[in-house]
Amino acid sequence: MTRSDIASKVVEIMEDVFDEDDIAYDDAMTAADIEEWDSLSNIRFVVAIEKEFDIRFSNSEIADLENVGQMVDLIASKQG
Amino acid sequence: MSRSVIEPFALPWLLDPPEDLRSQLKVLRKDAESDAGDLRRLAGYALDLNQLGQMGKAVAARRDDLAASGLRPLRLAIAATHTADFLVEALPATALRHGLLIDSYQADYGQTAQAVLDPSSALFAFKPDLVALAFDPLALGLASPRLDEGGGEEAVQSALDYVTSLRDAVHANAGVGVVLQTLPMPQTALFGSFDAGQPGSVRWMVSRFNARLAAEALGPGDLLLDLAALAETVGLAQWHDAARWHDAKVPYALDAVPLAADHLCRLLAAARGLSRKCLVLDLDNTLWGGVIGDDGVDGIALGQGSGTGEAFTAIQSLARDLRTRGIILAVCSKNEESNALIPFREHDEMVLKEEDIAVFVANWTDKASNLQHIAKVLNIGVDALVFLDDNPAERERVRQELPQVAVPEVGADPAQYPLILSAAGYFEAVSFGDEDRKRADMYAANAARSSAMQKIGNMDDYLRSLDMVCSLRPFDALGRARTAQLVNKSNQFNLTTRRYTEAEVEAFEADPAKFTLQVRLEDRFGDNGMISVVIFDCGEEEWVCDTWLMSCRVLGRRVEEAVLAVVADAARKAGAQRLVGEWLPTPKNGLVEKHFEKLGFTFAGDLADGGTRWVLDLANYQAPDLPMVIERADELAGADA
Repeated sequence: MTRSDIASKVVEIMEDVFDEDDIAYDDAMTAADIEEWDSLSNIRFVVAIEKEFDIRFSNSEIADLENVGQMVDLIASKQG
Repeated sequence: MSRSVIEPFALPWLLDPPEDLRSQLKVLRKDAESDAGDLRRLAGYALDLNQLGQMGKAVAARRDDLAASGLRPLRLAIAATHTADFLVEALPATALRHGLLIDSYQADYGQTAQAVLDPSSALFAFKPDLVALAFDPLALGLASPRLDEGGGEEAVQSALDYVTSLRDAVHANAGVGVVLQTLPMPQTALFGSFDAGQPGSVRWMVSRFNARLAAEALGPGDLLLDLAALAETVGLAQWHDAARWHDAKVPYALDAVPLAADHLCRLLAAARGLSRKCLVLDLDNTLWGGVIGDDGVDGIALGQGSGTGEAFTAIQSLARDLRTRGIILAVCSKNEESNALIPFREHDEMVLKEEDIAVFVANWTDKASNLQHIAKVLNIGVDALVFLDDNPAERERVRQELPQVAVPEVGADPAQYPLILSAAGYFEAVSFGDEDRKRADMYAANAARSSAMQKIGNMDDYLRSLDMVCSLRPFDALGRARTAQLVNKSNQFNLTTRRYTEAEVEAFEADPAKFTLQVRLEDRFGDNGMISVVIFDCGEEEWVCDTWLMSCRVLGRRVEEAVLAVVADAARKAGAQRLVGEWLPTPKNGLVEKHFEKLGFTFAGDLADGGTRWVLDLANYQAPDLPMVIERADELAGADA
């Protein structure tokens, strides 16, 4: 899976989790950019990512993430 | 979509939601003119947590429309010592599945005791009908071992005292009941197996707490959600998710939320008297393996000696056990009634007896009509019925015609039926008494049996919705073995019951005096394979039916009309004037006594041994418009095809 494949999958998940259409992907995107992205929906987001890519994040990995681009990189690194 | 592995978190008794669920929900949320009743229908799918949240928003937006639609309102306050927000988010949508309209209030995180002990708290200002008190081992002092002398017992007592004091506060301050819950067993051991018998180990304390909670802590109007049993059924390794506990104090895996919400809602619905009352059972391939009309009482799979037989025994045992707790049993089967009763009367390993069945309906009418009839005879609503049937087409038909009936998605393996039926929790109860013990007998005393039924529902629309493709071609080497098998096995839909060996079938392939057809039917549930075999003797003036048989699985699909259209077309092209058919009675083929009459043939006299002879004048025959695509082999294609 290329990085852009991962990114487009992540966008699909974000649209579902945050119930928002047509999210335009940007590496720098953060919770501040999406209305429904709060601490609770962030957990749903993380779990949905884990399920989709069949990976697990540790608490510290999640805590270190600063934006969506880093999330995509983390997924890519776990996919080997 | 069928699942090969049963995933408890995926609500396996429900169908997967439509692909465009989110956009459907958006319309229902934003367009006040759209039918809010659709939300109830969509809640009947296996929704995940995100989807439940999306639907919850639509439920909130359409609350007034839903309130007017007959849902039972319920105000639920939740005071939890952990993060219950996900559960709360899932409740409004899940509640619809159980006939409830839930408004909820959640006490602030960490404020459980304050909210309940203060009569002027926001929790009580909400005016709840019920208050759910959700604890975890940590909050109750049961998360760490107490190995000091008597410490374990003391910890359990103090946890129970705490729970009951909050319960009493709810009773006193609001005059309503509480929902308590058992504690799922933590996964980590201290000693190992030794924990089980060591007072003060976490396992010992949690077991003891749960047992005492169920036995001692419930007053009138209080309910118990046995979360521990649910977690065990799922498996603790799947149930718990340490990462979620550490980062957000969510007490179980996020994937568990839809299932936990369903269990809470079914409990609340049961307390409102909304649980199902009657289990309606199909017979062939549901209560036993095989088709009684074809296989006979010695040929069906049931009972000891084979895995398949025992799987059906287990289904019957579950039904019998449900009956002993007051669930009414009924039968709804496409069968000759006389055949359908044979196993009940003659098979030694039938667990269910005739007298266990309050209403026994075996006929060839569509099952939706029969289910309405059953509800009427029992004087209960169709929304009190659960319908267990192995046949996906029958299930779909009933779901379309009677969406109020619960139709579990049981898959193809009978060994899983009891598990799925149990997981669905249709018969959740909050009490059990003498009346329940006697109920099944009371209904059995009024046992009614129906054979003739009025047809209702739009059969043609249903058939069209099946996307059937019927393909017809002459006998050939490829289909030979299956043709011979059908010729030698079919008993019920078989006009003449003539048996031929595979060699004879092969000889027909090349015989110009025989017109042969092998018929297959596909529909959107899959390929039914070869389901009909026809042989006509081709005379100059008339073609005479030597063999016409069909699998009862596709009865009522109008396949026989498609067959006739193709035969008539071929006969006309060959210059024949008439088709002649005969019904030769056997103990098993009463079903097709009127076969030719139904197809428009006229009566042409009695035969020896009670048979009848029928004629169709080809000049007067016109092929009907049929709800299926008909594919015929090239050599059969008529001028009009």
